[in-house]
Amino acid sequence: MSSIVIVGAGAAGIAAAEVLCAQGHRPVLIDEAERAGGQGYRQPAPDLALDMRRLMGSEAARYEALHRRFAALTERIDYRPRTLVWAVEGGTLHLLREGRAETIEATTLLLATGAMDRIAPMPGWTLPGVFTLGGAQVALKDQGCLIGRRVAFLGSSPLLLLAARQYRQMGGEVAVVADTTGLAAKARALPHLLASPRTLLRGLGYMADTLRAGTPLLHGVTPLAIEGDGHVESLRLRDAAGREHRFACDAVALGYGLKPESQLADLAGASFAYDTDFRLFLPKTDGFGRARPGLYLAGDGVAIGGADAAEASGALAAYAILSDLGKPNDAAAIPLMRRVVRLRRFQRGLARAFAWPVAQIRAQAAETVLCRCESVTIGAVRAAMAQALGPVEVNRVKAMTRCGMGRCQGRVCGPALQEIVAAATARDGAAAGRLRGQAPVKPIALAAAGDIAP
Amino acid sequence: MTSVQFKRVAERRGARVVLTFEGSAITATSGDSVLAALLTHGLLVRRHEFGDEPRAGFCLMGACQDCWVWSGHGGRLRACTTPVVEGMTLFAQPPAARDE
Amino acid sequence: MRGASTDVAIIGGGLIGVWTAFFLARRGQRVVLFERDVVGAQSSGTNFGNLRLQGRFPGQYPLALRSHELWEDFEALIGEGCEFARTGHLYCAFDAAEQARLEAYAQVSQQHGVVIERLEQPELRKRFPWLGGRAVAATYSPRDATANPRLATPAVARAARRLGVEIRENARVTAVARHGAGFVVTTADGTELGCGALVNAAGAWAVEMAECFGETAPVFAAGPPQFVTEPLPFVMAPSLQTIDGSVIARQTERGNVILAGYPRTAADAVGNRAPVPPAKTLAAMRALAGLVPALAHGHVIRVWSGIEGYLPDMIPVIGRSETTPWLFHAFGFCGHGFQIGPGVGHYLSDMIVDGADPPPLAPFSIARFRTSATISDKFHKEFDDRPDKGNRALSARPS
Repeated sequence: MSSIVIVGAGAAGIAAAEVLCAQGHRPVLIDEAERAGGQGYRQPAPDLALDMRRLMGSEAARYEALHRRFAALTERIDYRPRTLVWAVEGGTLHLLREGRAETIEATTLLLATGAMDRIAPMPGWTLPGVFTLGGAQVALKDQGCLIGRRVAFLGSSPLLLLAARQYRQMGGEVAVVADTTGLAAKARALPHLLASPRTLLRGLGYMADTLRAGTPLLHGVTPLAIEGDGHVESLRLRDAAGREHRFACDAVALGYGLKPESQLADLAGASFAYDTDFRLFLPKTDGFGRARPGLYLAGDGVAIGGADAAEASGALAAYAILSDLGKPNDAAAIPLMRRVVRLRRFQRGLARAFAWPVAQIRAQAAETVLCRCESVTIGAVRAAMAQALGPVEVNRVKAMTRCGMGRCQGRVCGPALQEIVAAATARDGAAAGRLRGQAPVKPIALAAAGDIAP
Repeated sequence: MTSVQFKRVAERRGARVVLTFEGSAITATSGDSVLAALLTHGLLVRRHEFGDEPRAGFCLMGACQDCWVWSGHGGRLRACTTPVVEGMTLFAQPPAARDE
Repeated sequence: MRGASTDVAIIGGGLIGVWTAFFLARRGQRVVLFERDVVGAQSSGTNFGNLRLQGRFPGQYPLALRSHELWEDFEALIGEGCEFARTGHLYCAFDAAEQARLEAYAQVSQQHGVVIERLEQPELRKRFPWLGGRAVAATYSPRDATANPRLATPAVARAARRLGVEIRENARVTAVARHGAGFVVTTADGTELGCGALVNAAGAWAVEMAECFGETAPVFAAGPPQFVTEPLPFVMAPSLQTIDGSVIARQTERGNVILAGYPRTAADAVGNRAPVPPAKTLAAMRALAGLVPALAHGHVIRVWSGIEGYLPDMIPVIGRSETTPWLFHAFGFCGHGFQIGPGVGHYLSDMIVDGADPPPLAPFSIARFRTSATISDKFHKEFDDRPDKGNRALSARPS
C-alpha cells in the first residue's frame, strides 16, 4: 500500500486527510504546530479562557466544524504534531521532532503548508511592536494577547478590518486602519469580488463596523514611518489627499496579503511561474493540485484562496491522489474543482482590490531596511546593482548583498526584494527572478543530527 | 510610555511557571509561549546580531525567525513557537555579549 | 571571417578567466572575455573561500605562494575588498596515524617556506579552547587566509574591465575554430570575433572545448556538501580542517560558520545541479559539533553545493595545448582553484605574452593525459563512489 504523507494540518491538510480516510487510507499528517488548525483556524492554547465563537464571528461554525472533524480523524490517521519537515530528497522527508532528525518515506506527498503575511518594508518596520497582521491574530487566538494597547493596522488587505474588529471586540484600542490601496482601485476590482458575494458582504460589514466604532479608516495612504525610541510610539503616514498624519500607538500590525510558504514545494521539485496579479512566483499545479507525479499541493501554500478554498483544494487534491491510485471519483471532485476555481478567482480580485504597493516599495529611501535578518538596506541593494557588472537577478543580488541570506531565507524580504531588483533593472517582477529555496526550510541545530561522530 | 508590549485579554487557568529573562524572574502560565511571556512583561525579546538593536519578534508564527532567544544552557529557542517551561533561563543576547 | 578581432579571447568568466584577463590587460593585451551566464556564477562564487597554504600538493607551492601574495595585495591590486582575512589555518588529526600524515604535510609546507606550528594536547586546547577533546594534534599555519568567493570574481572582473578588458556576460560561445594563425570565436547571437590567442577557462564546458582541438582530459563534476549557520558569537579565528576531510569550517567575522566536507557528490555540470543529500548535511553537522562542541546549539540555516571540475590525479590542467598553438587551457581545478586563481592568471598571462614556460605551471600540462592517468589516493577517499564511473574520457583508457 502506498504511503501517503500530508504536510500541514490546516484546513487543506485536514480536509485531504478526511477524504483519504473515508477511502480506507491511513495518511501520515505532519504538522509543525502544537495544535491542528493552521493559521486560519488556530486553536487557543489549553486553559485559555477565550471565546473563540465570538472571535471567529461569522466563521465560528466552520471553525468548530473543522476541529470536530479533525477530532474524529485523529485515531484514523498517523498524526504527528510538533514535527518540522526540513528537507525533501526524492521520496524521503527529513523531519525534526523533539530536537532530533529522523526520516519518513512518502510515495505520495501532499503539501498543504499554508501562507504567511507579505510585507512591504518602510522606515521603522523592524522596531519592537511591529508585527505581521497574521501575527496580531495569532497573538490573540493562540495566546489571548493583543500585540499592544493601541494598535495601528497598516497594509493592504481585507484582513486589516477583520483583525481591527477582533481587537476592538477584545477591548483593544485601534489607532487607525490604513490601507495603501485607494478606493477607486477597490471599486474597479468589484466585478471579480462578486465571485463570492457572501465574503464581499462580510468585508463591507467590517468596513461599516469600523466606521461605526469611530476608528479612522483611510484608503490610499502612503506610509511614511513607524517611529519610536526602541519600540513603537507612532505611525506617520500621508493620506490620499496628501495630508500628513501621526497616529500615536504602541503596536503596528502590518500586512499586504499573503504569500505561500512554498519552500517545501520548491525542494520537492515543483516548478514555479510568476503570477502577475499576486506579483509572486507560485508553484504550478494542474486544476486538481498535481505538481508532478507523486507530488500534490493544496491550500494557501500553492495559491492564495483563503480558508474555504484551502479546505476545498485539500479535498480536491485528495481525490486526485485517489484517482492516481486507481480510484477516481469525478462526481465528488468536479464540483470541488469548480468551487476552488471560484474562490481563487475571488482572491485574485482581492489581490487587485488590495494591491501590493509596487510604486511605494520602489520609491523607498535608501536607508530603509529591506532584509531584517541580515540588516541589509534598500540602498545597499541598489548600490550593488549599480556597479559595473553588478547583479541584475535576485539570487545574484542575494549573493552580493546578503539580502535574503539570513535565518528566514528570504521569506520576509523576498517579495520586496523582487520589486527593488525589478525597479533597478526597469523590468517587471518576473524578470527579477525567483529566490531559490535550499534546505533546511527552517533553522535546525547541529545537535539535531544526533550523537557526535565517533 | 508603555513598559510592556502585549496586553493579556483572556485569562489563563493553567499552572504557574517561573522563568528568568536577562536575570529577572517572570511569572507565566503553563501554555504561554515564551514570546507571550516575555512581551506581557516587557518590550524586548532579543538584540540583533548586527548593531544590537532591540527586536521583539515579528510574524509570531514561526516563519520570520526573528525571535530566537538564548537559553542559559547555551541552546537557542524560537520564542513564538516554544511553550514556557518552569525554570527556563533566557537571554536576549549570547553569553559573550552579555559579559561585556 | 567577419567582424572584430582582439589579441586574446577568454572563454569562461570564473575566477581563473577574470584573473587571466586582468593580468593580460596589465601586460597591454587587448582581451575579450566571454561568459555564458554572469561572472563568478558557478564554483568561483559558491566555493568555501579557503586560501590555504599548508598541506597542498607539493608541485603546487610555487603557484600557491605567488597566489597568496596576490590575495594579500588584493585591495591595492583590484581596488575593492573581498573580505580577505588572514585567519590562519588549523589542520587537525584525530589519532597518531593522522598526526603522522600531518607531519609529512608540514615538512613539505616548510620546505616551501610556509611557517608551520605543531600543536599537541593539552597545548592545543589551551590555545584554542573552543576545540573539543577529539583532536589529538594539529598544525597551524598563520599565513593562511580566507576570502568571500561571492565577491572576489566580480571584483576582479571589474578591475579587468577598468584596464580595458571587454567582458561579455550572457554570451554563450557556440563555436571555436582555427582561423589563419589565430582563432575565430562565435557566440549564440551569431557574432564572430577573431583572436590571436584563446584561453579555455570554461569550467564544466572546458573539455568540450578542448575536444574541438583534438585533446581531452578526464574531468568529472562533483560538489562538496556545504552549509552555513546563523551568526554566532565569534570564537573560531582560524579556519579549521580535519585531515579525514569530515570538517572544513571557518567562521566569518559576522559570526556565520561555514562548513564544507567530504565526500563530495557527483554533480550535473551542464544542468547546473549539485545536490546536497540531507544525510551528508547531518553527517557534517555531527562532525562539526564533535570537533567544536560549543557549536552544537548553533543552527544551520542553508545548505548548498558548488559544481567543481575534478581530475583523477587531483591536480588541474593549466598551460598550452598539446595540439594547437596559441590555445591555452586552465580547468579541472579539483576544488583548489580559489587559492591558486590569481597565480594561474599571472603565470598564464606570462606564458601567452612571452611565449615562456613559467616553471610554476610545469606540473599542470595537459600532456600528462596522453598516457593513462595516475589516480590519486584522494580520488578514492574524497568522493562518494568511484566518481569517474561512466566517465567517457577516463574509462576509454586502460588504467
